[in-house]
Amino acid sequence: MASKVLHAYYNDDDVLMHAVKKVKDAKHHIEEVYCPFPVHGLDKAMGLAPTRIAITSFMYGCLGLIVAIVMMNYIMIQDWPQDIGGKPSFSYIENMPAFVPIMFELTVFFAAHLMVITFYLRSRLWPFKKAENPDVRTTDDHFVMELAIHDNEKELKNLLMDTGAVEINVSEK
Amino acid sequence: MYTFSSRLKIASIILMVVGALGIGVGFMSAPGTIEEAKAMVASHNDGHGDTHTDETEHVVSEGHGEEAQDESHDAAHDEHVLHQLQNKPWAALYVAAFFFFMIALGALAFYAVQRASQAGWAPLLFRVMEGITAYLVPGGIIVFVILVLSVMHMNHLFVWMDADVVAHDKLLQGKAGFLNPTFFLVRAAIFLGGWIFYREISRRLSIKQDESDDNSNFKKNFKWSAGFLVFYLISESMMSWDWIMSVDPHWFSTLFGWYVFASMFVSGITVIAMVTIYLKSKDYLPEVNDSHIHDLAKFMFGISIFWTYLWFSQFMLIWYSNIPEEVTYFVTRIEDFKLPFFGMVVMNFVLPFLLLMNSDYKRINWFVIMSGIIILAGHYMDVFNMIMPSTVGDQWSIGIPEIGAILFFAGLFIFWVFRALTKVPLQPKRNPFIEESRHFHY
Repeated sequence: MASKVLHAYYNDDDVLMHAVKKVKDAKHHIEEVYCPFPVHGLDKAMGLAPTRIAITSFMYGCLGLIVAIVMMNYIMIQDWPQDIGGKPSFSYIENMPAFVPIMFELTVFFAAHLMVITFYLRSRLWPFKKAENPDVRTTDDHFVMELAIHDNEKELKNLLMDTGAVEINVSEK
Repeated sequence: MYTFSSRLKIASIILMVVGALGIGVGFMSAPGTIEEAKAMVASHNDGHGDTHTDETEHVVSEGHGEEAQDESHDAAHDEHVLHQLQNKPWAALYVAAFFFFMIALGALAFYAVQRASQAGWAPLLFRVMEGITAYLVPGGIIVFVILVLSVMHMNHLFVWMDADVVAHDKLLQGKAGFLNPTFFLVRAAIFLGGWIFYREISRRLSIKQDESDDNSNFKKNFKWSAGFLVFYLISESMMSWDWIMSVDPHWFSTLFGWYVFASMFVSGITVIAMVTIYLKSKDYLPEVNDSHIHDLAKFMFGISIFWTYLWFSQFMLIWYSNIPEEVTYFVTRIEDFKLPFFGMVVMNFVLPFLLLMNSDYKRINWFVIMSGIIILAGHYMDVFNMIMPSTVGDQWSIGIPEIGAILFFAGLFIFWVFRALTKVPLQPKRNPFIEESRHFHY
């Protein structure tokens, strides 16, 4: 069944933050907030769970470090042993200082790129995807708070007008 | 207003007394003659007696063993061991004196950065930083006195000060235009004078700002701080060549100044965090919140990694090119100082990296304190590893003179810093950014 949602428009991030806090205080569930730019502290105010992207980043970093070690060991020590700076010891550990920059770079490379890809997957973003924002103005200068309506349209509208909304629309979803 | 609690004051005085006793024991037990030195080495010679091939020895032995006969070389060697053992209490004193002085100087640099960047989060911590930089005066004077005593040949910390050594050393003769006792002391006086001068000016303006009705003092402070940073970056680098790198006058590294800077910067920031947390635990600084601690811990984390970057950059280039005159530095350290040398990397990089990585842990005060203790111990070891190999060689140990010196300067540092904190209110009133700092929230 198509449910009805209510879109409240704001044109200032401070007003929006206060509105989000007020709506949460009145025990209403906020479905989503669309912003033209990241608003600091909004996730906490909306009561979203803390992000776990940092944990994935750490794991990807460890993976990158391991890949670098295995790769350099195979290339420079096993497959085609190389004389590094007059140190033909043919052992990974004794040539390790030369590999540290590579170990560092691949750790950062894996952590950064895989973290971004994870973020895209988790946010269900891919090329040519149709935008989900309800109004093009949320990419310009307006913030939109989306709430589900459960037979309380009037009450919600009054509450949102009080919080400083500049426009309120009701639409099917 | 902060009052110096009597318990802390007594603790700091006890530290000073015990430390002074330790330093005294160190000087008393240093050998006076070659026979005594031989007996000392023989009595606790467990395996590291026969690797006397470090470069510092040649500096001295070149001066004495000209005949190049075995007997005279042996005699020169014995005399060298005597000098190393005589250096030991001096080196212990110098390492600890420099370490605590460097904390104050690092805190001053951090303070000047906050002033020059007009950071909004920091003003609540300015009085704490000013308290720590108060130690610059006694700490700087003590370091200067040790340098003057070295020039007066009370010890052999700096071989290039010995005219006899220079007379037989072409490299040192070439450097004598810069590296001579008079110019050395003149430079030291200019550096210390400049740093203390800025500290006093900035402190005065900072206090005057509280009482004034416009922001002119604040603006003046900004200008002084920006100017100081230029002076500091040049003078700090030269100071590290003079006071540290020149203990091994043949060896040089072009990033040494940065390396020492990273060490003092992270130590200074760590002590700022620790003093702030201590004051907060005593219900002073009520407006400092976890976000301020979080920011300081972020700096501790970041500068620890910066230190490692410089440590490794210095190591890798020298290791890679493998030029004899450069590589001696690391050969000495890896042969005779394996545990402190690599232990320091663990304490300054691995542990802070893993402990302070999690964002939540940076907000847990006792956790920041524990990490801070590790970082400070690690950077003491860093200074130890910079000074000891060239002055004491393989005769090093961490015993009564070393620990005594640490305790003495720790006591003096605590006493002086907390006494300075009692002088003015702990929270600046009229800093234009004080509101932002109060509401600082991460």
